[in-house]
Amino acid sequence: MKVGLAQIRPKLGRVDENLRLHQELIRRATSEQVDLLVFPELSVTGYQLQDLTLDVGRPVTDEHIQTLLRESEEMDLVFGFVEESEDHIFYNAALYASGGEVQYLHRKVYLPTYGMFDEGRYFGRGNSIRSFQTRFGRTGILICEDVWHPSTSYLMAQDGAKVLIVVSNAPVKGVPAADHGNKKVWYDILTNIAVLHGMYVVYVNRVGTEDGVSFFGGSTVIDPFGWVQDEAPLFEETLLTVDLDLEKVRRARYQNPVLRDEDLDLTVRELNRIREKRRGGDSR
Amino acid sequence: MTAVHEMLEKAPYLRVDEEVIVRLLTTALKEEVEKAGIEHVVIGLSGGLDSALALYLCVEAFGKDRVLAVRMPYKTSSASSLEDAQAAIDDTGVESLTVEITPQVDAYFERFPDASPLRRGNKMARERMSILYDLSAARRALVIGTSNKSELLLGYGTQFGDLGSAVNPLGDLYKTQVRQLAAYMKVPESIIAKPPSADLWEDQTDEKELGFTYFDVDRLLYFLVDQRYDRDKCIAQGFDPEFVDGVARRIQINQYKRRTPVILKTSSRTVGIDFRYLRDWGL
Repeated sequence: MKVGLAQIRPKLGRVDENLRLHQELIRRATSEQVDLLVFPELSVTGYQLQDLTLDVGRPVTDEHIQTLLRESEEMDLVFGFVEESEDHIFYNAALYASGGEVQYLHRKVYLPTYGMFDEGRYFGRGNSIRSFQTRFGRTGILICEDVWHPSTSYLMAQDGAKVLIVVSNAPVKGVPAADHGNKKVWYDILTNIAVLHGMYVVYVNRVGTEDGVSFFGGSTVIDPFGWVQDEAPLFEETLLTVDLDLEKVRRARYQNPVLRDEDLDLTVRELNRIREKRRGGDSR
Repeated sequence: MTAVHEMLEKAPYLRVDEEVIVRLLTTALKEEVEKAGIEHVVIGLSGGLDSALALYLCVEAFGKDRVLAVRMPYKTSSASSLEDAQAAIDDTGVESLTVEITPQVDAYFERFPDASPLRRGNKMARERMSILYDLSAARRALVIGTSNKSELLLGYGTQFGDLGSAVNPLGDLYKTQVRQLAAYMKVPESIIAKPPSADLWEDQTDEKELGFTYFDVDRLLYFLVDQRYDRDKCIAQGFDPEFVDGVARRIQINQYKRRTPVILKTSSRTVGIDFRYLRDWGL
């Protein structure tokens, strides 16, 4: 299975131009026999939309989104856009398309609204974390901040995901600290997830700058043993292709049977107890 | 070991990853200028360290043929400043212009002969800004800013003067970090070695005027601003209480210089308040 990581620089609020950029990458990926092409978070719209959210939001039935869906006849696609629901709530969404149809739509659950981030002002909050079946095996999608919550990758692994696709618009910050602060933290998190759950992590981050805020890129595939299999450069637009060998998941989980030994009942029991305690009930 | 590396030994938390940060700044600078449909940049070159580093970053980002360096001396500007600016021009090979500001500044102050050094300094800074923006229109070139993070936080700059620019690559770097990067980019040694000065009057130096060294204040700013230490925790780090209070006050009272003018809201969508778009709208 060959995965393409489309490390692109979308234009802010320009759905038409970004659609053309997607199509160009799809052509290139097709010529490289890619099976699954992954674009970053909000790849169709750009990131810091603020009041442009109203202009770029659209339902899955919108012509631009349908155009991209049709591109998934031969090659599976993951792309990000602002999804407008029937009741006009705007979601930061990532869509998995295959065979010309929607295979799964993930609405970002954890919307960063602190420091330099403002997503909770504009977006509705998703309410599910689920894996889904693809022609390659069970897969999960998380968007950026989602993955900073340990519960999300845990739920994905418990729900059967062998490949976790993480799309982001992760900014450069903390460069003055040694080791380029933010990228190191991201890689540490993703590597831990791969090892702890014995799953592939496919990470696609954008590049480019919006009003001085740069996105670092560094898209990568981390194998189920926790090794960085390949890595796109910082700051540069790239199409990186990486071969995934899903048999590695089998060997990783045999060698380190964390998933087998995980006690889901215990976890649920303790979580219920903690929830009761927080509600002010019995706290033993 | 050079002076800046001795400083960074003492304050390793101020050290930046030179290779990564130069790549970041030049990539982002190029993008922010080019996506506005502009090919050229114009930069005021004082002979000091900040504008020299900004020049070297511009040359790295755009190549020397797309950068215009402008020297704008006043009659009291030191000769060594002009020479140092020339050394940077010669070293990078960029096109340069020299535009004296003495005639227009002196003509203005003939009406106000008792004007304070502050007024005169501000006038010179705004005169230079207006020249750079005129050349910006003449050359279809964006004005590159040269104010560093220490100056921005301390309010040590003239509003609508040297604080005015289209894109500022240095605004998130403390002076100590500017020194580190200038050494890395091989800015001429004479520029790196001399004491920082606004050069608005003879023998002016930043550190004399401010009453502390950039190295001391950069360390304090790092704890106050980046780490959000409170007053007591800063004092526990060894900083003098008066120094901590004075710097904290400077940061607060100069906030107005870092913002666009206040707009009085009457409608339901107001520029600067709830009419929210990035400048990079559609770019």
